[in-house]
Amino acid sequence: MEELKVVESNNTTGVQQQYIVVRLGEEQYGVDIRYIDNIVRMQKITRVPKVAPYLKGVINLRGEVIPIMSLRLKMFLPEDEITKATRIIILKLEQYGSIGVIVDEVKEVVTLDEEHIEKVSYDSKEERLNFLGGIGKYDGGLISLLDFNLVMQERENTL
Amino acid sequence: MDISQYLEIFIDESNEHLQNLNTQILNLESDPENMDTINEIFRAAHSLKGMAGTMGYKRMQTLTHDMENVFSEVRNGNIKVTPNMVDILFQCLDALDEYVNNVKESADEGTNENEPLIRQLNAVLNGPDKPGEEVPAQTGEPSEEKGDGRKWLEIQLDSAQQHVIRAAKEQGKNVFGLTVTVQESCILKAARAFLVFKAVEERGEIIVSNPPAQDVEDEKFDLDFSLVVVSDGDIEALKAAVASVSEIASVVGEPIVLENMGTADPYEDSVPEPEQKPQSVPEEATPAAVQPPEAAHAAEPAVKPAAASKTGDKKQAPGKPVVNRTVRVDIEKLDVLMNLVSELIIAKNSLVSVSNQVQGQNQGVNEQIEYLENVTTNLHESVMKVRMVPIESVVSKFPRMIRDLSKKLDKKMELYMTGEETELDRTVVDEIGDPLMHLLRNSADHGLESAEIRAQRGKPAVGSIFLDAYQDGNNVVIEVRDDGNGIDVEKVKAKALEREAITPEQASNMSDKEIIDLLFLPSFSTAKKVTDVSGRGVGLDVVKSKIEALSGEVEVKSKLGEGSTWTIRLPLTLAIIQALMVVVGGEKYAISLGTIQTIEDIAPEDIKLVQNKEVIHLRGSVIPLIRLSNVLDVESTKSPQEHLMVVIVKKGDKLAGLVIDDMIGQQEIVIKSLGKYIKQCKFISGATILGDGEVALILDANALI
Repeated sequence: MEELKVVESNNTTGVQQQYIVVRLGEEQYGVDIRYIDNIVRMQKITRVPKVAPYLKGVINLRGEVIPIMSLRLKMFLPEDEITKATRIIILKLEQYGSIGVIVDEVKEVVTLDEEHIEKVSYDSKEERLNFLGGIGKYDGGLISLLDFNLVMQERENTL
Repeated sequence: MDISQYLEIFIDESNEHLQNLNTQILNLESDPENMDTINEIFRAAHSLKGMAGTMGYKRMQTLTHDMENVFSEVRNGNIKVTPNMVDILFQCLDALDEYVNNVKESADEGTNENEPLIRQLNAVLNGPDKPGEEVPAQTGEPSEEKGDGRKWLEIQLDSAQQHVIRAAKEQGKNVFGLTVTVQESCILKAARAFLVFKAVEERGEIIVSNPPAQDVEDEKFDLDFSLVVVSDGDIEALKAAVASVSEIASVVGEPIVLENMGTADPYEDSVPEPEQKPQSVPEEATPAAVQPPEAAHAAEPAVKPAAASKTGDKKQAPGKPVVNRTVRVDIEKLDVLMNLVSELIIAKNSLVSVSNQVQGQNQGVNEQIEYLENVTTNLHESVMKVRMVPIESVVSKFPRMIRDLSKKLDKKMELYMTGEETELDRTVVDEIGDPLMHLLRNSADHGLESAEIRAQRGKPAVGSIFLDAYQDGNNVVIEVRDDGNGIDVEKVKAKALEREAITPEQASNMSDKEIIDLLFLPSFSTAKKVTDVSGRGVGLDVVKSKIEALSGEVEVKSKLGEGSTWTIRLPLTLAIIQALMVVVGGEKYAISLGTIQTIEDIAPEDIKLVQNKEVIHLRGSVIPLIRLSNVLDVESTKSPQEHLMVVIVKKGDKLAGLVIDDMIGQQEIVIKSLGKYIKQCKFISGATILGDGEVALILDANALI
């Protein structure tokens, strides 16, 4: 088995990347696992006044105060419905520090070859697509891969 | 050999010496005859030279060496201190400062030779008839020789070592005995000894060391150690090399006569010499060291030892030096400690909140928790104190700056400072230097009038700038004051109109104070001429934002024709504060206790309207009301008929009443940032974690007023 695996990865030209598949409404999104620091259950969020609506507030994560963003609102989807499956994904981004994003559900971890990822053009009319780093083909289905540096960058315009 | 481990010590010490030199040369300027000052300067320059030499910074060594020559001549009374000379010396200090900065950044001194400076120094030197190049440097040595004897005579040589010595002598090499004494205040004796060994080994071979080299390295020696050295060179060069290591108190050495040495062989036990005691030595040691250059200045010996013993006494007088009792600690380690204390306080807070929930309270638990509370508060205070440093380290460079400005602007001025010992958190002290410098420059350039105008106004020709620091409750106040022109409100107004910062209607409605505050707007400079002293209006707004970043505030009061006062108010600590926890619309907020004056209960009918704004009358003053529920976008949980709970807060001399729904009580809170991503609005200064793990925001009352 071991040998087989080696052969396989030698055959693929591209680098493999792992993504966590999350659900937002009806759609599946992939989050690059390298940015993920932690995944926690929904907890009480302290509201911060006078900030953009998609910034839900801050939480205490082991003594650190971490800002929380609603990915749904950021992506122009309807307001979050908090269920048992709702999770907060804590991301660590070099430029913006730690930040938590609310997702409806965390499904699984997938490994994608680079060749299975298709780039998207950025000047898409639909704003939501501007946050995508690419589209991954997996098991016959498609996952939109979020580029969080783009998601964060956007804040100047929306504020 | 690797010297990089000493780099940090080198940088620290160089900066100390440079600062010291700056201060002393300033003193010298006002009191050119003061022998103590001159000696102090000489010693600092000498140490600096030694250190630079040991670390292999040749350019720095050359420059200090030439400076030292000048000081030496001054000390010997051969040249008089002149203003021109002081100028050159200051330039030298700047150049040295540059070297040290280069070293700090790249471990290399840079390539600037500073030849013009060295030429000027030599010009100063050669003014009088002194030929001196090497001479003064060496005459410097004896001054550091105080007491202590030829202890190398106590070394017991075994026959093998005797043989080596004899063999060396036959080859025409010199054999010396050397006793090196380190200063009592020396912290890293082993390191100094190591440098001495290194210096000696460059010039010869160490045959015996007493105590043995290994012990010396392990710091197992008192203050002195003795060496027997075989060398090709002469004793003077060797001693100079050793003496150039800093913190070496004295070096005694002379050629060895083998017969005088103690030996390990039993039959030579009766040698009388080893009993040599310190008091008999100075007369012997001094000539040995000064011999060659002595002839040139015959009058000196009397002066020098006197001066040397005077300064020596001063240094040793307080018995055990205080230096030994301090430890240099990396600021990062302190930050870690502070964070741990913060965690502890959060843990304590949660314990308190848990115990409050337990029904049928247990007396014992409560007592223990109170005790714990006491301990954590004290712990926090001690850690804070550890982080406190006197602002002296920042302000001590200002007299020099003012002096330079005085020359540059051609205005006579004097800086008076008080309260340099006032202590502030290290991080604040590091940051406060630039804003203060800017205010001082501002006072010197825009504040003080030219000599003619001062004369017309009947003011003393020399302008005064004052820098006063003092502690005021939980704040530290730093005031920069001058007796100059003050701020011309009309000029500021005209400028603001010209820049379209305000409209004419606004201008006519503004109070003087509001107009003066316009100065803090970005890109606002009233100076008619842009000078390189106080810039192009990129100043006061930077000062303000910097101070606000430190959670402080800056204010200015001014009277036209009489001068202005800039007041900076800084909190003592940044990380942990006492706060009042309040509830607004079901949400918890913290308000720093420092800003709170009183808490009032106000009936709804006592609220009056002035210019459509709610105010209350309280003990003779009219206080505007701020409904926090409006500011924070929440629904108040109280009905309009109910009495209001109002927290009266103070900013400077302004008061305001913050309307809250309920009050939880006083609590020690740890300030945390909201994270980089949230651009927090002005009146939220951070967040804190409550006992139950929930996050509460901290309201900055100052920003609300």
